[in-house]
Amino acid sequence: MTDLHLWLIPLVPLAGFLVNGLLGRKFPRALVTTVALIAALVPFIQVVSIAAKFGSLTLPHVETIGTWIRAGAFHADFSFQLDQLTLVMLCVVTGVGFIIHIYSAGYMAEEEGYWRFFAYMNLFLFFMLTLVLAENFLVMFIGWEGVGLASYLLIGFYYTKDSAARAGKKAFVVNRIGDFGFLLAMFLLIAHFGTVSFSEVFTQIAAHPAWQGGFLTAIALFLVLGATGKSAQIPLYVWLPDAMEGPTPVSALIHAATMVTAGVYMIARTHVIFDRSPYALAVVAIIGTATAFFAATIGIAQTDIKRVLAYSTISQLGYMFLACGVAAYTAGIFHLVTHAFFKALLFLAAGSVIHALSGEQDMRVMGGLRKKIPVTFWTMTAAVFAISGAPPLAGFVSKDEILYQAFITPGPGKILWAFGLLTAGLTSFYMFRLWYMTFFGESRAVEKDLEEHGAAVHARRDTKLTLEAEHHAHPVHESPGLMIWPLIILAILSVIGGWMGWPEGLGGGNWFAHWLSPVFAASSSTSPAGSNQLEFLLACVSTLVAAAGWFAAHLMYYKDPAMPERAAGKIRSVYSLVKNKYWVDEIYDAVVVAPVFFIARYLLNVLIDRGVIDGGTYAAGATAQGFGALVARIQSGNIRSYAGWLALFAALLLAASHFGWTAHFWVH
Amino acid sequence: MVPIAYYLVLSGILFSIGVAAFLIKRNIITVFMSIELMLNAVNLTFVAFSRYWSQAQYRLNPTNYLQVNGQIFVFFVMVVAAAEAAVGLAIIIAIFRARNTLNVDQIDLMKL
Amino acid sequence: MHLALFIIFGGLCVAGALNLLLQRHPINSALSLIVVMSSLAVLYLLLGAEFLAAAQVIVYSGAIMVLFTFVIMLLNAGKEERTHGSKMAYVAGFPGAAILLSLLTYIFLSHRAAFDQAGLDDKFVTGTSALSAVLFSHLLLPFEVTSVLILIAILGAVALARKEH
Repeated sequence: MTDLHLWLIPLVPLAGFLVNGLLGRKFPRALVTTVALIAALVPFIQVVSIAAKFGSLTLPHVETIGTWIRAGAFHADFSFQLDQLTLVMLCVVTGVGFIIHIYSAGYMAEEEGYWRFFAYMNLFLFFMLTLVLAENFLVMFIGWEGVGLASYLLIGFYYTKDSAARAGKKAFVVNRIGDFGFLLAMFLLIAHFGTVSFSEVFTQIAAHPAWQGGFLTAIALFLVLGATGKSAQIPLYVWLPDAMEGPTPVSALIHAATMVTAGVYMIARTHVIFDRSPYALAVVAIIGTATAFFAATIGIAQTDIKRVLAYSTISQLGYMFLACGVAAYTAGIFHLVTHAFFKALLFLAAGSVIHALSGEQDMRVMGGLRKKIPVTFWTMTAAVFAISGAPPLAGFVSKDEILYQAFITPGPGKILWAFGLLTAGLTSFYMFRLWYMTFFGESRAVEKDLEEHGAAVHARRDTKLTLEAEHHAHPVHESPGLMIWPLIILAILSVIGGWMGWPEGLGGGNWFAHWLSPVFAASSSTSPAGSNQLEFLLACVSTLVAAAGWFAAHLMYYKDPAMPERAAGKIRSVYSLVKNKYWVDEIYDAVVVAPVFFIARYLLNVLIDRGVIDGGTYAAGATAQGFGALVARIQSGNIRSYAGWLALFAALLLAASHFGWTAHFWVH
Repeated sequence: MVPIAYYLVLSGILFSIGVAAFLIKRNIITVFMSIELMLNAVNLTFVAFSRYWSQAQYRLNPTNYLQVNGQIFVFFVMVVAAAEAAVGLAIIIAIFRARNTLNVDQIDLMKL
Repeated sequence: MHLALFIIFGGLCVAGALNLLLQRHPINSALSLIVVMSSLAVLYLLLGAEFLAAAQVIVYSGAIMVLFTFVIMLLNAGKEERTHGSKMAYVAGFPGAAILLSLLTYIFLSHRAAFDQAGLDDKFVTGTSALSAVLFSHLLLPFEVTSVLILIAILGAVALARKEH
């Protein structure tokens, strides 16, 4: 068994975090950048070398570093494992991660806290790689929690800004709810299986074909709760739009390409459990479809460029959930990979646009940027076409695979497909809307009243941290090379990335699915029957729908820019509903947060903490004091009263000794 | 022939009267005297017991039977009572000089 | 005979003690106390403690009570006033004294038989020689210490009662 030193992969970014975190404050920027980039590059190189010798490995390849818990019959080790699924995730995390690190070096070049940013980014890489490489639930949980922590640190990077701090807190708290589900699932696993190791659990399940539903459904549903928290699905998606308070590279890396995909990865990894619980799979599929559609409807009415992309991410994650829900795990993972490419590209390009406009994020103030920032424009165009599902780009292939798998699933498959298709149309619509509003038309940059912009846009002169805006506005310019080349690389990947999974229905060999399928061998035996013609037909349908979306956007935002307002005026209430994201945040505030605050502030604080606990302590003290005061009255200074007490107690003592235990003196 | 128990009862009575006098009297010198009364009662008890032990020992050993320990104790009690009376009265004089009263109830500075 | 003597002088003791209790002027109380002590001396004689009887008269009646009398004279102590100092003395004290008395009486009387009887026997008269034999051999150290004690008491009394200049 070759030793691939898997432990080195997460450890190098950790070292980068430690160096930059502890010493980075004193380093010059160049040194911080070098440390951070090396810490991101070395894992990528190692992953590539592992991929090179992948064929010669026995899979799954497990390396155990040491024992963690040994308690009676239960034990958990620090173990890493490697199989095809891990390798895919590793490539995405290290590759896209490294590209985004390069981009950040350019994007964050003038920020205070530069060293802190890269320290946190490396920390995130460490945890994400631990999550992906984990061989058991416990090690995965380390990574799971850790990426939540890194996300909190990075969302709240501009910590002097109140909204950023709150967004970080919100992300962490909502994630925690999901983590609670994960924990419960782990406890159930320990209770039923006595182990948390993936291979041992799966082997035990495989050995008992009679185990269906029941406790496996419970475990699966708790895992789903965890996944909805991490991957921003209904009901725990509310943190992701607010997470856009963080710097754009953070949104690209964490909230598009890697962390949010952890939930999907986890479901794929534990698919053995899910396959035994059709109920849980149905829940996953329904959540995924509902979220995809729901988020898309919100996305069409947002005006902040990053918000649109945030809801788009939620929507695309819904697609991945849908894929897992219909047991088409390879399709889900494939979409994860392509999504990483074009979503990261979208965010980075948006960052480039924001940088060009000196911090402007409101699309209503953009326009006419096509000629001014051409490279950004063309790369973003590639991404927009990719996400809309235009063949032969990456998004088309993966999204189509999912829709096809949904269609051929017996039962509610066709309804799921219908919603997925509708969502694809909406996706196309709002992405092209974004495209038109940002790059085409007249430049609206000077027209719009500056007061209407949020505080996010303009830096406050009194803060040390520059936000997404520089202190001085300068004319629109293309971004520096450090930012441009990552865009170009990702654009290329967005175009050709889908070709490794080109479906059979369209003449390809679907190398990706075949290569990945041994991981999901247990479930493939029940895959429904399809046909290549059907796949081709469905591909044509979805392409048409995407084109329709483009056409609608073209009409409303290019041909006739006044049309959106007229249309909005006609359906004012519906428009208001989606624009305000269905008031979900407000509902959560009233239904969940407010009672919790009430309990904390009144019941627990005033009633129990101050009333019972403090009150009890005070009462004890008051009792002691009162009793003491009572007793102190004995010391009156009056000799006669002393004598009185003396006489009384002497008499009692005498009586006690006589009638008590040493009483009877024997006189002879 | 008097039962020795009667002596003990007598000393008990004297002691109780001493306690009662201590409680009732307001002149500090009288209170002091009641203390002396109590001490005397106790002395009587010791002497009675020494007589009793001698008699008990006599039955066992007719040649060497005198038990004087009780009386020795009384001896020391007398000595200490004398010393104590001297010092106590000196204190009373000092207090009288300071507060010009011999009323026990009015000398209560040592209260909480 | 013994019994008659006992009753007379015992009665005198109790009478003197009660008088101490009931008199209002301290000098009367002092004089009653002298009566008590003298009667006690006779009782000691009845019990065969010669030396102690003598010591009682000399030390107690003759020295200590004289000291008391002198102090009463010096301080010009007059009749007692009735002041209300403490209720506790009566509330707690009298029951205490009562319990004490009844308990002691009960105990001693119930074990009356075990205590034998004492008579006017010569063989139980404890001479001074018997006392001094113990005092100057086994208890020499306490004996010397008591003399030191008396010295300290003298010094203390002088220091306390001295007039401040």
